[in-house]
Amino acid sequence: MSNKKDDVYGDHISAKFNDELMELKTQFLNMGGLVESQVEHAIQALVDNDGQLAEQTRLKDKAVDKMEMDLDEEAILVIARRQPTARDLRLVISVIKMVADLERMGDEAKKIAKMAIKLSEEGLAPRGYIEIRHIGKHVLSMLHDALDAFARLDSDQALRIMKEDKQVDEEYQAAARALLTFMMEDARNISRCMMVMWVLRALERIGDHACNIAEHVIFMAKGEDVRHSPMEEAERVVGR
Amino acid sequence: MSINEKIPNVATKPDEAPMTKQAAALAVEAKREDIAVEEGKTVGLPYSDNPKFKLRNVEVFYGEERAIKNISLDIARNEVISFIGPSGCGKSTFLRCLNRMNDSIDICQVKGQLLLDDVDIYHSKRDVVELRARIGMVFQKPNPFPKSIYDNVAYGPRIHGLANRKSDLDEIVENSLRKAGLWNEVKDRLDATATGMSGGQQQRLCIARAIAVSPEVILMDEPCSALDPIATAKVEELIAEMSESYTIVIVTHSMQQAARVSHRTAYFHLGHLVEVNETDKVFTSPEHELTESYITGRFG
Repeated sequence: MSNKKDDVYGDHISAKFNDELMELKTQFLNMGGLVESQVEHAIQALVDNDGQLAEQTRLKDKAVDKMEMDLDEEAILVIARRQPTARDLRLVISVIKMVADLERMGDEAKKIAKMAIKLSEEGLAPRGYIEIRHIGKHVLSMLHDALDAFARLDSDQALRIMKEDKQVDEEYQAAARALLTFMMEDARNISRCMMVMWVLRALERIGDHACNIAEHVIFMAKGEDVRHSPMEEAERVVGR
Repeated sequence: MSINEKIPNVATKPDEAPMTKQAAALAVEAKREDIAVEEGKTVGLPYSDNPKFKLRNVEVFYGEERAIKNISLDIARNEVISFIGPSGCGKSTFLRCLNRMNDSIDICQVKGQLLLDDVDIYHSKRDVVELRARIGMVFQKPNPFPKSIYDNVAYGPRIHGLANRKSDLDEIVENSLRKAGLWNEVKDRLDATATGMSGGQQQRLCIARAIAVSPEVILMDEPCSALDPIATAKVEELIAEMSESYTIVIVTHSMQQAARVSHRTAYFHLGHLVEVNETDKVFTSPEHELTESYITGRFG
């Protein structure tokens, strides 16, 4: 177990309290890493038409669910034992909420994996995959950066992720329009295009969840809730 | 601020005074506190529009030692304010200035401006007995008189001549005991000796005794530190009810207690008043690094 003295959660009088918070942080990052690889493999399985990888990815979801429950339990125990305050309290509460975001991302990855299995069974020529690859790469880097911002309590980076989410939303809209054009060109494309559309939708949701994590990181670092507020407000909080 | 001019500034200014031994010690101390506690600079919301107490540039000396360093604070009417901080930070000393409990300590000297309803608490003509009737106090250890329950509560009203007839006195005793949430437990044994009660009951009796003389302010110096959790919960409940009619200042070592009962929380550190803020803010995102360190349990 890591117990770095320089970490902002690692300098309590009670060493056991340090360990508990560090453990919470480490476990959260482990879960984040698992979800990250799940998303990555789901996209890869889809674009590579790899049914086997898709199946493996789908099965990973159980492990993610288990970690969600373990983390929630650990967080509840910390509250019961320590009655954390201030920055410690913000960490524990944020972890409880961000865990739900990670779990949802896992669900979205599972959806993508299922689509990958279906598409590979139908064996149709890829269309719209360029968009999937592009948006997929984008949200994957958002998720990675969000976990990194959490690990380093970096609110500047969190703010960048919030801004990237706006871009992903735009890219998603553009891709959806392109797919609509394919569907109008030839009605035989519709069923396949709809599946691609679902995948894009799932990716866009993953971006939203990464954005939620970023908002929590700002709350952890700055003590102010920037959810549901305009970007200028988040900029003000991070800038002060 | 005009007040500053009237009050002699006793703080050692290194560039003016020769470096005495004491000044040198102070300089070292200042360095040790380099997490920037600027003297007299309190972050947050130390002032109020409707102050019961108006305290400006307060300093307390025990002989040579400066225990309170230039503290300015308003305590609002009908407010519950908690003083928290590590042992020896001056919170109890500061509390005791408010009803001149420090008077009995010979070497203790209070400087600065301390106003209760805009009248100087330390004015030489001030009647201290009258002052303490207006500002009641409850101590850490329950300290009932070795008398009956009734006489404990009736003591204050008697010496202050608040009741002319026995029936008036009965009424005061009953009301006070009711307000302290003790009436139902003791109404059948008012003549029993107070020292036979449980610790929690004794503390609530002391609160009843304090409110029997209709004070405006109640000072509480760690009122629950000798009580079990259930008795503590009862006293806290009482504090919440009493805040409708009194101004309450409570010194506590239990941060959860401060978080539960008070509107504002003041954090003291080595004689400085570091931060005063809404309690909700102090316990979720305090402004000062030292407050954060203390309430999250990071202090050595």
